[in-house]
Amino acid sequence: MSKLKRHPPHIDRRDWLAPLPAATRFSFRGSSEAAAAASRALGVELSQVACRAHVAGERAALWLGPDEQLLIGAESEAATLRDSLTVALGDIPHSLVDISHRQVAFVVHGAHAEWLLQSGCPLDLELSHFPVGMCTRTVFLKAEIVLWRTAPDTFRLEVWRSFAEYVTSLLAEAAIELSA
Amino acid sequence: MSALRTAAGGRIDRTQRLTFTFDGRRYQGFAGDTLASALLANGVHLMGRSFKYHRPRGVLGAGAEEPNALVTVNRDIARHTPNLRATQVELYDGLVAESQHRWPSLTFDVGAINNLLSPFLPAGFYNKTFMWPRSAWHKVWEPPIRAAAGLGVAPTLPDPDRYAQQFAHCDVLVVGAGPAGLAAALAAATAGARVILCDEQAEMGGSLLSERDATIDGQPAAAWADATLARLAAMKRVRLLPRTTAFGYFPHNNIGLSERITEHLAQPSPSAPRERMWQVRAHEVVIATGAIERPLLFPGNDLPGVMLASAARTYLNRYGVRVGTRAVIAAGSDSAFAAAVDLAAAGIQIAAIADVRAPNAVDGPGLAAARAAGLPIRSSATVLAATGKLRIAAVKLGSVASNGNVSPTETLACDVLLMSGGFTPSVHLHSQSRGKLAFNEELGAFVPAATAERSRSVGSCRGINGLAASLEDGAVAGAAAATATGHAATAPRFVASALDAGIDGVPGALPQLAAAIPPAKAFVDFQNDVTTRDLALARREGFESIEHIKRYTTTGMATDQGKTSGLNALGFVAAESDRRIGEVGLTTYRMPYTPVTFGAFAGFARGDQFDPVRKTPSHDWTVARGGVFEDVGMWKRTRFFPLGREDMHAAVDRECLGVRNSVGMFDASTLGKIEVVGKDAAEFLNRFYVNNWSSLAPGRSRYGILLRDDGFVYDDGVIGRLAADRFHVTTTTGGAARVFGMMEDYIQTEWTDLSVWITSTTEQWSVVAVQGPRARDVLTKLVTGIDLSPTALPHMAIAHGEICGIPLMLFRVSFSGELGFEVNVPADYGTLVWEAIHDAGQEFGITPYGTEAMHVLRAEKGYIIVGQDTDGTMTPDDAAVAWAIGKTKPDFIGKRGLERPALKAAGRKQLVGLQTVDPKVVLEEGAQVVVTANQPVPYVMIGYVTSSYHSAALGRSIALAAVADGRARMGEILYVAMPGGDIPVKIVSPVFYDPQGARINV
Amino acid sequence: MLIIDCPYCGPRPEPEFAHGGQAHVARPADPSQATDQEWLEFLYLRHNTRGVFAERWRHARGCGRFFNALRDTTTDHFLATYRAGEKPPVLPAGGAR
Ligand SMILES: [Zn+2]
Repeated sequence: MSKLKRHPPHIDRRDWLAPLPAATRFSFRGSSEAAAAASRALGVELSQVACRAHVAGERAALWLGPDEQLLIGAESEAATLRDSLTVALGDIPHSLVDISHRQVAFVVHGAHAEWLLQSGCPLDLELSHFPVGMCTRTVFLKAEIVLWRTAPDTFRLEVWRSFAEYVTSLLAEAAIELSA
Repeated sequence: MSALRTAAGGRIDRTQRLTFTFDGRRYQGFAGDTLASALLANGVHLMGRSFKYHRPRGVLGAGAEEPNALVTVNRDIARHTPNLRATQVELYDGLVAESQHRWPSLTFDVGAINNLLSPFLPAGFYNKTFMWPRSAWHKVWEPPIRAAAGLGVAPTLPDPDRYAQQFAHCDVLVVGAGPAGLAAALAAATAGARVILCDEQAEMGGSLLSERDATIDGQPAAAWADATLARLAAMKRVRLLPRTTAFGYFPHNNIGLSERITEHLAQPSPSAPRERMWQVRAHEVVIATGAIERPLLFPGNDLPGVMLASAARTYLNRYGVRVGTRAVIAAGSDSAFAAAVDLAAAGIQIAAIADVRAPNAVDGPGLAAARAAGLPIRSSATVLAATGKLRIAAVKLGSVASNGNVSPTETLACDVLLMSGGFTPSVHLHSQSRGKLAFNEELGAFVPAATAERSRSVGSCRGINGLAASLEDGAVAGAAAATATGHAATAPRFVASALDAGIDGVPGALPQLAAAIPPAKAFVDFQNDVTTRDLALARREGFESIEHIKRYTTTGMATDQGKTSGLNALGFVAAESDRRIGEVGLTTYRMPYTPVTFGAFAGFARGDQFDPVRKTPSHDWTVARGGVFEDVGMWKRTRFFPLGREDMHAAVDRECLGVRNSVGMFDASTLGKIEVVGKDAAEFLNRFYVNNWSSLAPGRSRYGILLRDDGFVYDDGVIGRLAADRFHVTTTTGGAARVFGMMEDYIQTEWTDLSVWITSTTEQWSVVAVQGPRARDVLTKLVTGIDLSPTALPHMAIAHGEICGIPLMLFRVSFSGELGFEVNVPADYGTLVWEAIHDAGQEFGITPYGTEAMHVLRAEKGYIIVGQDTDGTMTPDDAAVAWAIGKTKPDFIGKRGLERPALKAAGRKQLVGLQTVDPKVVLEEGAQVVVTANQPVPYVMIGYVTSSYHSAALGRSIALAAVADGRARMGEILYVAMPGGDIPVKIVSPVFYDPQGARINV
Repeated sequence: MLIIDCPYCGPRPEPEFAHGGQAHVARPADPSQATDQEWLEFLYLRHNTRGVFAERWRHARGCGRFFNALRDTTTDHFLATYRAGEKPPVLPAGGAR
C-alpha cells in the first residue's frame, strides 16, 4: 500500500461532531461459514444477530445484512487485514472488496446527538430502541448512511464520500438553534 | 385601558402592555392576548371583508375555526404572512397587522358593490357567465376577477426564515390539551409511556382556560390545568408541544405536526427556526381535538358583533375582554346559558336569551343558573334578523308556535349577538386516518365510528358531553393506549363540575328560514360567502349529492374547510330535500386541518440542501479555473473549461481538438462501478449482460450491454475481468443504483444457485480518462510497474501498478476514438493524481475537457449514450450494437424478449448518422425526421434526432438519429422538420470519424 | 410513510425500502421454450388487486434483501411479510390490523 497520506473529504470539527481518521474498510459478503472464518482472521466475532456491531480494539464488524458485514480497521492495517482475511477464507465462497475510500466516517456526540440525528433519520433513536452496539444502513433525508451507536451519546456515521457534505451541513443546520 | 377590559382574571398579564397596529392605527393589548382579543378589548369587531360580496365581517370565533377575521401580519417586506386567523395570532409588542380583501379601507370598501349586485352573483355564477367565448376568459374576465378575489397577498421575496424538521417517536401521541387530552396524557405518562402532547394554542388547557366556575378535584379548572401540565413537564419521557397543530394523519400512525416557534416573538432569535415540521410515529394516538360551536342561520348572521356564544365566553374568561355592552343571546344549546351567566356577572347587559327550543325541552343547571341570575329568557324564540351597518345594532325576534308558524315579537337593540347552535365534534383527524364516521341522531352530529389506525377519539370530539365525562373519557383512553404499548396503566379519576353545554343543537336553518321559499338569505359558509339561497339554488338546479353541492356552491371549500359551516350546510340541504342529515352524507375531510406554510413542508430542503450535491475529486480544481458544471443526477460534472472569454462552443471546439491532436483529460469518476465477486461471477454476468464473459481473460475488458427481459437496452459500460472470480463492472452515471438493484434482484430471487456477490465501488475509485495520441506519453512519466507499450497493454487491457506511488488500476479504454486510458486510483488520492496528470501533461499541452466535449468526441465515433440515443424501446440491433451479443449463450436477460415478433419486424427505428446538406446547420435534438419536405400537417414522422453537435475535427455538423429502416436508407436525402423550414439531411453511417479505428490501436 | 416489517431487520420506515411489484412472478426456467403469449404474460400482465396483494419489497437502504409482503391495498396495512422463496403465510380469518 501507498505510504502517501490519504486525503478524505474534509469535514469540519464542531462541538458535537468529530471527523474520524482515514480507515481501512472491507465489504465482506458470504455465508455463515465464511463469516466464521472471517471472525477468526479479524479477531472480532461477526454478529449473527441483525443490526449489531462487534468490536475488538480498533477493529469492528458491523452487521449490515444477513450475508453482509462492514469490516473496519485502522488505516495502517490495510495490507495485514486483507492478507489475513484472504488466507483464512481460502476457498470458502465469499466476496471481500476494499471500500476504504468509498466512505468517510465521523461521530456525532453529546447531549444533543440523538436530537440532531432525528432531524433527518426516521428511525427511533431512543436508547431503548437503538441501543449501544446497534448498527444499520438507513437514511438521513436523501442520503444513505450507516449509523452505529458506540455509546449512549455517541453515534458513528459512515457516509459515501460525495454525500458527506450534504449530511454534515444538514446536521449543522439542525444544530443552529441549539447554539442559541 | 379600555372599559371593555375586565379589571382582573383570565390568562393575560396585565403588567405587560403591548402596542400594536391594525390597519395603521395604534392599539394596546396585554401579553397573553391574541390579535382578536386585543382588538375586541379596543372595541373593534370589524376585522375583514368577505371574499365574494366584500361584506363587513367581525370575528366569529376564538380559535382555529375563525372564518372571518383573516389578517396579514407584516414583519418586513419579505415577511408578511397573509390569511392568518386573528384569533390565533399571538400579540407581541410592535405587531403590525392589516385587514385583507378591502380597498381602499376596511370601513369603505369599493368592492362592497358586489354586495348590492349579489342577486346577480349566485352560486355557479362564474361557471355560467364566463363559459363563452373561451378566449374571453383569459383576457377579459379572469384578470379583474382574480384581482378582486383572492385571500391576502403572498410576499414576492424569498423567505428569509429557516424551517426545521424532526422525526419523533412515542408510545402515545395525544392531540389536544383540553380536559380530555390532559387526562389522557396524564394517564399514559404516569404509567411510564413515552408521550407527546401537542396543542395548537399558545397555552395548553383548551376549554379549561375559558371556564369561570368549573372545578376539578376542588381546584379551579385553569389551575388544575396548570398543575397537570407542570406534572407532565417534569416527566422525562413526556414532550409537550404547544403552538403545534396536528394537521395531517398519515398511514400507520404517522402524524404531521406543524410547530410555530418564533411567530409570537417580537424579536425572534436569528438562530431559531420559524417553524418545525414534526413527523411523529406513534404506537397509539389519542385524538382530543374538541368541538366547535355552530352559528345559527338567519339574515344578518354575518354582521360584525354577531359571534359564537362560546367565543364570547372565552374572550371574557380567558382574555378579560367584554365583547360588548348589551347582548342578545340566541340559544340552541345550553352553551348560551353558560355564556349569559358569565357575561352578566361581568357587567354586560343581557337583553334577552332567545331560546329556539320549546320550554319543556330545556332543563338543567344552565337554565337554573340563568334563572337564578334573573336573566330574561324567551322560550320558543327565534332570531328573524340582525340589522346594522358595520356593527350589529338590533335583533328582530320571533316566536315559534307549536304548529311551527313564526310570528314577529319584538326588536331589541344590542351591540353583540351571541349564537349557540350546538357543537360539531372535530372529527378531522379521525376522518383523515380513514376512520369511519356515523351520524348520531341524538347529538345531531357526525361522530367517529370504526377506526382504521391505532387511534382513540376522546371527549367532545367524539360527542362526549360535559367536563366530568370528558375527563373520564380521556383518562380511560390514555390508560388503554399506554397499556397497549406495554405500560400497564389505570385511569385516574377526577371529580369535576361545570356548566356544561349539553347536547342540543340546531343544525341547519332556524324554523322560519326552513319554511320560506325561497329562503331568506343567511350566510352558511362565511369565508366563501355561501348563503342558504345558494344551497337552495343548487338543489333547484338538480344537485343532490353533497359532494356536488359543495363543488357548485364552494361551501366548505375555503381555507377553514367549513369548520363552522359544514353541518349547517348539511342540515339545510337535508331539510330542503326532506332527508335526514345522515342520508345526505358528508364530504371528505382532508389535511391540513389549518393551513401549513410551504416553508414548514420544505424544512431543510432548500437551496444547496435541497438535494445532495455530489462532487468529484476534480471539483475544487475546476472551480478554481472557472469551469462550468452541469447537473447529472445529483452529481456536479464539469461541462466545459472556458479559457478567457470563450463561450461554450469555442471551448468545446478547442477541447475536442486538444484531444484529437494531442491529449486531453476528463474526470470520469461518476461512472457507476460494481465489483462482482464469486466463483460464479462469470456465469452471473453471462446471464445478466448480452455478452459472453466466460471467454474474457483476466486482465482484459469489453463493452457490455444490459437489456431488460423485454429486450430493450437498459444500460451499458465497460466490464473488466480482474481475476477468474472478480469483475469490475462500470455502468452509466445515472444507472449505477438501478443496475446494482437489478443485479441484487436476480442474485437473490432468480439465480439463487449462483455463488456471487456484488459491492458498489463507485466512490472507492477516482477515475481520470486520459485520451489522445499523446496519452501514453503523459502516463509514461507517472506510471510505474506497468509496461504501457501497445503490445504489453493493448486496447481493452487492464493492468495494476502505481502512479505517483499510489496504487493504480489502469484500463486501456477509449470513449473518444483516440488512444485512451482510464486511471483508477483510490478516491482519497483522486485530487492529487488529477493534478499530477495535469502537470505531467503540460509539455504536451494537455487539455482538461468536460462532458460536452466528451459527448462530441463519442458522437463523432458513433458511440451511443444509453438514455440519449436510446429511449427504452430500442433493441441492441436498433442501437447498432447487436455485435456485442454472445450468440451461443442459452439465455441472458432479454434474449427471449428479442425474439418477440415486434422486435424483429421490419420498419423499426435504427440508429444512423445524419449529415445536413448545409454543413453549418446544427440540428436540434428531438427534431423529427420526415421523408419529404413541406408536407401537409400532420407530417408523417419516421424518426427523430437523438444527438447533434458541431464537430470541430470534421469542420461540420454531425448528428445521430433513430430512423425507420435507417440502415436501408444509407445515402438517401431526408428532411428534419423545423418551424423555420425543413432541413435536408443525408443518411450516413453513425461513425463519422476514423471509421477503421486506426487511432485507437496505437 | 408506511412502516414495513423487514423479515431480517424488523419494522422500519418506508424511505428505506424500494417497491418491487407483484410477488411470485417467476421467471420461466427456460425462456426459449416460452410461447409469445407466455412471455407477454410474464413481462407485462400483473394484477391490480383490491384487497390483499402479495408484493415484493427490497430493504434497499437497510439489509438490502428482497422479501415479500401481503398488503391490503384498500387500507395500506401490511398483514404479513416473509422471505423471498417462502410461500405466503395463511392469514387468519378476517385478517389482521
Ligand atoms: Zn432489512
